[in-house]
Amino acid sequence: MPFTNEQLERYSRHIILKEIGAKGQKKLLNAKVLIIGAGGLGAPAALYLAAAGVGTIGIADADVVDLSNLQRQVIHSTNDIGKKKVDSAAETMRAINPDVTVNTYYQFVNSENISDLIKDYDFILDGTDNFPAKFLINDACVMAKKPLSHAGIIRFKGQLTTIIPGEGPCYRCIFKNPPPKDAVPTCKQAGVIGAMGGVIGSLQAMEAVKYITGVGELLSGYLLTYDALKMEFHKIKLPPRGKGCAVCSDHPTITTLIDYEQAVCDLH
Amino acid sequence: MKITVSGTVKEVADGLTVSQLIEQENVETPQYVTVSVNEEFIESGTFDTHILKEGDEVEFLYFMGGGTIMQSIIQDGSDE
Repeated sequence: MPFTNEQLERYSRHIILKEIGAKGQKKLLNAKVLIIGAGGLGAPAALYLAAAGVGTIGIADADVVDLSNLQRQVIHSTNDIGKKKVDSAAETMRAINPDVTVNTYYQFVNSENISDLIKDYDFILDGTDNFPAKFLINDACVMAKKPLSHAGIIRFKGQLTTIIPGEGPCYRCIFKNPPPKDAVPTCKQAGVIGAMGGVIGSLQAMEAVKYITGVGELLSGYLLTYDALKMEFHKIKLPPRGKGCAVCSDHPTITTLIDYEQAVCDLH
Repeated sequence: MKITVSGTVKEVADGLTVSQLIEQENVETPQYVTVSVNEEFIESGTFDTHILKEGDEVEFLYFMGGGTIMQSIIQDGSDE
Protein backbone atom coordinates (compact mmCIF):
# COMPACT_ATOMS: atom_id res chain seq x y z
CA MET A 1 0.00 0.00 0.00
CA PRO A 2 1.43 3.40 -0.94
CA PHE A 3 1.96 6.07 1.71
CA THR A 4 -0.77 8.63 2.20
CA ASN A 5 0.24 12.27 1.91
CA GLU A 6 -0.12 12.55 5.65
CA GLN A 7 2.21 9.63 6.21
CA LEU A 8 4.79 11.07 3.80
CA GLU A 9 4.80 14.21 5.88
CA ARG A 10 4.64 12.49 9.27
CA TYR A 11 7.58 10.21 8.50
CA SER A 12 9.50 12.61 6.24
CA ARG A 13 12.48 12.84 8.63
CA HIS A 14 12.78 9.06 8.53
CA ILE A 15 12.19 8.75 4.81
CA ILE A 16 14.94 11.23 3.92
CA LEU A 17 17.46 9.19 5.92
CA LYS A 18 19.17 7.09 3.28
CA GLU A 19 19.46 4.16 5.72
CA ILE A 20 15.70 4.15 6.38
CA GLY A 21 13.98 5.57 3.31
CA ALA A 22 10.48 4.65 2.19
CA LYS A 23 11.41 0.99 2.38
CA GLY A 24 12.50 1.19 6.02
CA GLN A 25 9.42 3.16 6.95
CA LYS A 26 7.25 0.48 5.35
CA LYS A 27 9.05 -2.12 7.45
CA LEU A 28 8.29 -0.10 10.57
CA LEU A 29 4.63 0.20 9.64
CA ASN A 30 4.45 -3.55 9.11
CA ALA A 31 6.36 -4.42 12.30
CA LYS A 32 5.01 -5.73 15.60
CA VAL A 33 6.81 -4.91 18.84
CA LEU A 34 5.79 -6.11 22.30
CA ILE A 35 6.73 -3.96 25.29
CA ILE A 36 6.58 -5.80 28.61
CA GLY A 37 6.22 -3.27 31.43
CA ALA A 38 4.70 0.19 30.97
CA GLY A 39 7.01 1.82 33.49
CA GLY A 40 10.27 3.75 33.50
CA LEU A 41 11.75 1.91 30.51
CA GLY A 42 8.59 0.97 28.65
CA ALA A 43 7.15 4.50 28.72
CA PRO A 44 9.80 6.28 26.63
CA ALA A 45 10.26 3.23 24.40
CA ALA A 46 6.52 3.14 23.68
CA LEU A 47 6.43 6.86 22.91
CA TYR A 48 9.27 6.66 20.40
CA LEU A 49 8.06 3.46 18.76
CA ALA A 50 4.56 4.89 18.36
CA ALA A 51 5.94 8.12 16.95
CA ALA A 52 8.17 6.13 14.59
CA GLY A 53 5.13 4.41 13.13
CA VAL A 54 5.72 0.87 14.35
CA GLY A 55 2.45 -0.53 13.05
CA THR A 56 1.52 -2.80 15.93
CA ILE A 57 2.64 -2.24 19.49
CA GLY A 58 1.66 -4.60 22.28
CA ILE A 59 1.97 -3.44 25.85
CA ALA A 60 1.73 -5.71 28.89
CA ASP A 61 1.45 -4.60 32.50
CA ALA A 62 -0.85 -5.40 35.43
CA ASP A 63 -0.29 -2.22 37.40
CA VAL A 64 -2.31 0.95 37.68
CA VAL A 65 -0.79 4.41 37.45
CA ASP A 66 0.40 5.69 40.83
CA LEU A 67 1.44 9.23 41.69
CA SER A 68 4.98 7.99 42.44
CA ASN A 69 5.27 6.70 38.85
CA LEU A 70 4.96 10.11 37.23
CA GLN A 71 8.50 11.25 38.08
CA ARG A 72 9.78 8.97 35.29
CA GLN A 73 6.97 7.14 33.47
CA VAL A 74 6.39 9.92 30.97
CA ILE A 75 3.65 8.18 28.99
CA HIS A 76 1.22 8.67 31.92
CA SER A 77 -0.19 11.97 33.16
CA THR A 78 -1.57 13.21 36.46
CA ASN A 79 -5.08 12.64 35.14
CA ASP A 80 -4.25 8.96 34.60
CA ILE A 81 -3.68 8.13 38.27
CA GLY A 82 -5.68 5.02 39.12
CA LYS A 83 -6.02 3.97 35.47
CA LYS A 84 -4.57 0.72 34.17
CA LYS A 85 -1.10 1.55 32.90
CA VAL A 86 -1.74 -0.30 29.65
CA ASP A 87 -4.85 1.81 28.97
CA SER A 88 -3.10 5.05 29.83
CA ALA A 89 -0.13 4.11 27.65
CA ALA A 90 -2.39 3.04 24.78
CA GLU A 91 -4.29 6.34 24.86
CA THR A 92 -1.06 8.33 24.69
CA MET A 93 0.34 6.23 21.84
CA ARG A 94 -2.89 6.50 19.82
CA ALA A 95 -2.93 10.25 20.39
CA ILE A 96 0.64 10.55 19.11
CA ASN A 97 0.04 8.42 16.05
CA PRO A 98 -3.28 7.03 14.78
CA ASP A 99 -1.36 4.76 12.38
CA VAL A 100 -0.43 2.53 15.31
CA THR A 101 -2.55 -0.42 16.41
CA VAL A 102 -2.05 -0.85 20.14
CA ASN A 103 -2.79 -4.18 21.82
CA THR A 104 -3.07 -4.06 25.60
CA TYR A 105 -2.45 -6.96 27.95
CA TYR A 106 -3.52 -6.21 31.50
CA GLN A 107 -1.46 -8.98 33.04
CA PHE A 108 1.92 -9.76 34.54
CA VAL A 109 3.89 -12.25 32.50
CA ASN A 110 4.27 -15.76 33.85
CA SER A 111 5.27 -19.17 32.53
CA GLU A 112 1.66 -19.86 31.51
CA ASN A 113 0.98 -16.78 29.40
CA ILE A 114 4.31 -15.53 28.04
CA SER A 115 4.73 -17.88 25.07
CA ASP A 116 1.32 -16.95 23.76
CA LEU A 117 1.99 -13.29 24.39
CA ILE A 118 5.25 -13.08 22.43
CA LYS A 119 4.42 -15.42 19.57
CA ASP A 120 2.90 -12.85 17.21
CA TYR A 121 5.57 -10.19 17.72
CA ASP A 122 8.78 -9.53 15.79
CA PHE A 123 10.73 -7.93 18.62
CA ILE A 124 10.31 -7.97 22.40
CA LEU A 125 11.33 -5.15 24.70
CA ASP A 126 11.84 -5.98 28.39
CA GLY A 127 10.90 -2.99 30.51
CA THR A 128 10.21 -4.97 33.69
CA ASP A 129 11.62 -4.17 37.09
CA ASN A 130 12.21 -7.56 38.67
CA PHE A 131 14.50 -10.54 38.18
CA PRO A 132 11.90 -13.32 37.94
CA ALA A 133 10.30 -11.49 34.99
CA LYS A 134 13.66 -10.77 33.36
CA PHE A 135 14.72 -14.42 33.49
CA LEU A 136 11.31 -15.58 32.31
CA ILE A 137 11.30 -13.16 29.36
CA ASN A 138 14.85 -14.14 28.41
CA ASP A 139 14.12 -17.86 28.52
CA ALA A 140 10.84 -17.53 26.64
CA CYS A 141 12.46 -15.41 23.92
CA VAL A 142 15.38 -17.82 23.57
CA MET A 143 13.02 -20.81 23.30
CA ALA A 144 10.77 -19.04 20.77
CA LYS A 145 13.77 -17.47 18.97
CA LYS A 146 12.43 -13.95 19.45
CA PRO A 147 14.87 -11.03 19.45
CA LEU A 148 14.85 -9.18 22.75
CA SER A 149 16.09 -5.91 24.18
CA HIS A 150 16.96 -6.41 27.84
CA ALA A 151 17.58 -3.47 30.15
CA GLY A 152 17.85 -2.52 33.79
CA ILE A 153 18.08 0.79 35.61
CA ILE A 154 18.87 1.83 39.15
CA ARG A 155 19.75 5.12 40.82
CA PHE A 156 22.10 6.86 38.38
CA LYS A 157 22.98 3.75 36.39
CA GLY A 158 21.51 1.79 33.54
CA GLN A 159 22.45 -1.03 31.21
CA LEU A 160 21.11 -2.88 28.20
CA THR A 161 21.89 -5.63 25.75
CA THR A 162 20.19 -7.02 22.68
CA ILE A 163 19.65 -10.75 22.56
CA ILE A 164 19.38 -12.50 19.20
CA PRO A 165 18.67 -16.14 20.03
CA GLY A 166 20.88 -18.57 18.15
CA GLU A 167 23.39 -15.81 17.39
CA GLY A 168 24.53 -13.84 20.42
CA PRO A 169 24.64 -14.51 24.16
CA CYS A 170 21.51 -14.29 26.29
CA TYR A 171 20.80 -12.86 29.74
CA ARG A 172 21.38 -16.24 31.33
CA CYS A 173 24.84 -16.46 29.74
CA ILE A 174 25.72 -13.45 31.94
CA PHE A 175 23.68 -14.29 35.03
CA LYS A 176 22.98 -17.96 35.61
CA ASN A 177 20.12 -17.54 38.08
CA PRO A 178 18.17 -14.79 39.79
CA PRO A 179 19.62 -13.71 43.11
CA PRO A 180 18.28 -16.19 45.67
CA LYS A 181 15.17 -15.07 47.46
CA ASP A 182 16.41 -16.46 50.78
CA ALA A 183 19.55 -14.33 50.55
CA VAL A 184 17.46 -11.20 50.68
CA PRO A 185 16.82 -10.16 54.25
CA THR A 186 14.57 -7.28 53.34
CA CYS A 187 13.82 -5.12 50.40
CA LYS A 188 13.49 -1.43 49.86
CA GLN A 189 12.96 0.83 46.89
CA ALA A 190 16.37 2.09 45.83
CA GLY A 191 15.28 5.00 43.70
CA VAL A 192 16.12 5.93 40.15
CA ILE A 193 16.71 9.26 38.47
CA GLY A 194 13.77 9.89 36.16
CA ALA A 195 15.73 10.62 33.01
CA MET A 196 17.53 7.26 33.31
CA GLY A 197 14.44 5.51 31.97
CA GLY A 198 14.46 8.04 29.14
CA VAL A 199 18.08 7.30 28.25
CA ILE A 200 17.93 3.51 28.46
CA GLY A 201 14.33 3.06 27.26
CA SER A 202 15.10 5.23 24.22
CA LEU A 203 18.15 3.09 23.47
CA GLN A 204 15.89 0.02 23.60
CA ALA A 205 13.54 1.70 21.13
CA MET A 206 16.57 2.47 18.96
CA GLU A 207 17.54 -1.20 18.93
CA ALA A 208 13.99 -2.19 17.97
CA VAL A 209 14.01 0.28 15.07
CA LYS A 210 17.46 -0.94 13.93
CA TYR A 211 16.36 -4.57 14.11
CA ILE A 212 13.19 -3.91 12.12
CA THR A 213 14.88 -1.83 9.44
CA GLY A 214 18.09 -3.86 9.37
CA VAL A 215 20.19 -0.73 9.78
CA GLY A 216 23.55 -0.71 11.54
CA GLU A 217 24.92 -3.07 14.15
CA LEU A 218 22.82 -4.32 17.03
CA LEU A 219 23.98 -4.41 20.63
CA SER A 220 24.19 -8.19 20.42
CA GLY A 221 27.21 -9.66 22.18
CA TYR A 222 27.70 -6.51 24.24
CA LEU A 223 26.39 -5.07 27.48
CA LEU A 224 26.26 -1.28 27.31
CA THR A 225 26.42 0.38 30.72
CA TYR A 226 25.72 4.02 31.50
CA ASP A 227 26.82 5.89 34.60
CA ALA A 228 25.09 9.27 34.71
CA LEU A 229 27.18 10.65 37.58
CA LYS A 230 30.42 10.00 35.74
CA MET A 231 28.67 10.65 32.42
CA GLU A 232 30.27 7.51 31.04
CA PHE A 233 29.05 4.89 28.62
CA HIS A 234 30.99 1.62 28.66
CA LYS A 235 30.51 -1.21 26.17
CA ILE A 236 31.43 -4.60 27.61
CA LYS A 237 32.13 -7.33 25.06
CA LEU A 238 30.46 -10.57 26.10
CA PRO A 239 31.72 -14.08 25.42
CA PRO A 240 30.07 -15.90 22.52
CA ARG A 241 26.68 -17.51 22.91
CA GLY A 242 25.86 -20.63 24.71
CA LYS A 243 29.10 -21.81 26.29
CA GLY A 244 27.62 -23.76 29.17
CA CYS A 245 24.47 -21.64 29.17
CA ALA A 246 21.54 -23.51 30.69
CA VAL A 247 19.06 -22.12 28.18
CA CYS A 248 20.77 -20.99 24.96
CA SER A 249 23.54 -23.56 24.52
CA ASP A 250 23.05 -26.26 21.91
CA HIS A 251 22.29 -28.71 24.72
CA PRO A 252 20.18 -26.70 27.16
CA THR A 253 19.38 -28.03 30.62
CA ILE A 254 16.47 -25.59 31.05
CA THR A 255 13.78 -26.45 28.54
CA THR A 256 10.64 -25.35 30.35
CA LEU A 257 9.77 -21.91 31.66
CA ILE A 258 10.29 -21.17 35.34
CA ASP A 259 8.30 -18.88 37.62
CA TYR A 260 10.89 -17.73 40.12
CA GLU A 261 9.64 -16.32 43.37
CA GLN A 262 10.00 -12.60 43.75
CA ALA A 263 11.44 -11.51 47.05
CA VAL A 264 8.66 -10.04 49.10
CA CYS A 265 9.28 -6.34 49.13
CA ASP A 266 7.81 -3.87 51.51
CA LEU A 267 8.33 -0.70 49.55
CA HIS A 268 6.83 1.68 52.07
CA MET B 1 51.62 -5.18 36.69
CA LYS B 2 49.07 -3.34 34.61
CA ILE B 3 45.56 -4.64 34.02
CA THR B 4 42.44 -2.99 32.62
CA VAL B 5 39.46 -2.85 34.96
CA SER B 6 36.14 -1.71 33.48
CA GLY B 7 38.00 0.04 30.69
CA THR B 8 40.55 1.80 32.91
CA VAL B 9 44.21 0.76 33.06
CA LYS B 10 45.35 0.17 36.64
CA GLU B 11 48.58 -0.81 38.36
CA VAL B 12 47.98 -3.77 40.66
CA ALA B 13 50.11 -6.20 42.65
CA ASP B 14 51.56 -9.20 40.85
CA GLY B 15 49.70 -12.41 41.60
CA LEU B 16 46.43 -10.64 42.41
CA THR B 17 43.43 -12.95 42.38
CA VAL B 18 39.96 -12.07 41.10
CA SER B 19 38.69 -12.16 44.71
CA GLN B 20 41.36 -9.71 45.81
CA LEU B 21 40.55 -7.40 42.93
CA ILE B 22 36.85 -7.54 43.84
CA GLU B 23 37.75 -6.44 47.35
CA GLN B 24 40.20 -3.79 46.18
CA GLU B 25 37.66 -2.31 43.77
CA ASN B 26 34.90 -2.28 46.41
CA VAL B 27 32.67 -4.20 44.04
CA GLU B 28 29.01 -3.93 45.02
CA THR B 29 27.33 -7.21 46.03
CA PRO B 30 30.40 -9.36 45.32
CA GLN B 31 28.37 -12.53 45.89
CA TYR B 32 26.21 -11.74 42.85
CA VAL B 33 28.68 -10.11 40.47
CA THR B 34 29.64 -11.73 37.18
CA VAL B 35 33.28 -11.29 36.23
CA SER B 36 34.78 -11.55 32.78
CA VAL B 37 38.52 -11.68 32.08
CA ASN B 38 39.58 -11.19 28.48
CA GLU B 39 36.00 -11.63 27.31
CA GLU B 40 35.48 -14.91 29.13
CA PHE B 41 33.29 -15.40 32.17
CA ILE B 42 35.07 -16.69 35.25
CA GLU B 43 33.26 -19.32 37.33
CA SER B 44 32.39 -17.68 40.64
CA GLY B 45 33.79 -20.70 42.48
CA THR B 46 37.26 -19.92 41.13
CA PHE B 47 37.49 -16.22 42.08
CA ASP B 48 39.85 -17.15 44.94
CA THR B 49 42.22 -19.14 42.78
CA HIS B 50 42.09 -17.25 39.48
CA ILE B 51 45.33 -15.26 39.32
CA LEU B 52 45.33 -12.23 37.06
CA LYS B 53 48.10 -11.62 34.55
CA GLU B 54 49.70 -8.52 33.05
CA GLY B 55 47.43 -7.03 30.39
CA ASP B 56 44.25 -8.81 31.54
CA GLU B 57 40.99 -7.01 30.80
CA VAL B 58 38.54 -7.40 33.65
CA GLU B 59 34.87 -6.45 33.61
CA PHE B 60 32.30 -6.59 36.40
CA LEU B 61 28.69 -7.21 35.36
CA TYR B 62 25.94 -6.40 37.83
CA PHE B 63 22.36 -7.41 38.32
CA MET B 64 20.16 -4.43 37.60
CA GLY B 65 16.40 -4.53 37.99
CA GLY B 66 14.33 -1.42 37.74
CA GLY B 67 13.92 0.07 41.15
CA THR B 68 15.53 -2.45 43.44
CA ILE B 69 19.10 -3.62 43.44
CA MET B 70 20.74 -6.31 45.45
CA GLN B 71 23.17 -3.89 47.00
CA SER B 72 20.55 -1.64 48.49
CA ILE B 73 18.57 -4.63 49.63
CA ILE B 74 21.50 -5.94 51.57
CA GLN B 75 22.94 -2.66 52.80
CA ASP B 76 19.61 -1.23 53.83
CA GLY B 77 18.50 -4.46 55.41
CA SER B 78 19.69 -3.41 58.83
CA ASP B 79 18.16 0.04 59.00
CA GLU B 80 14.51 -0.76 58.43
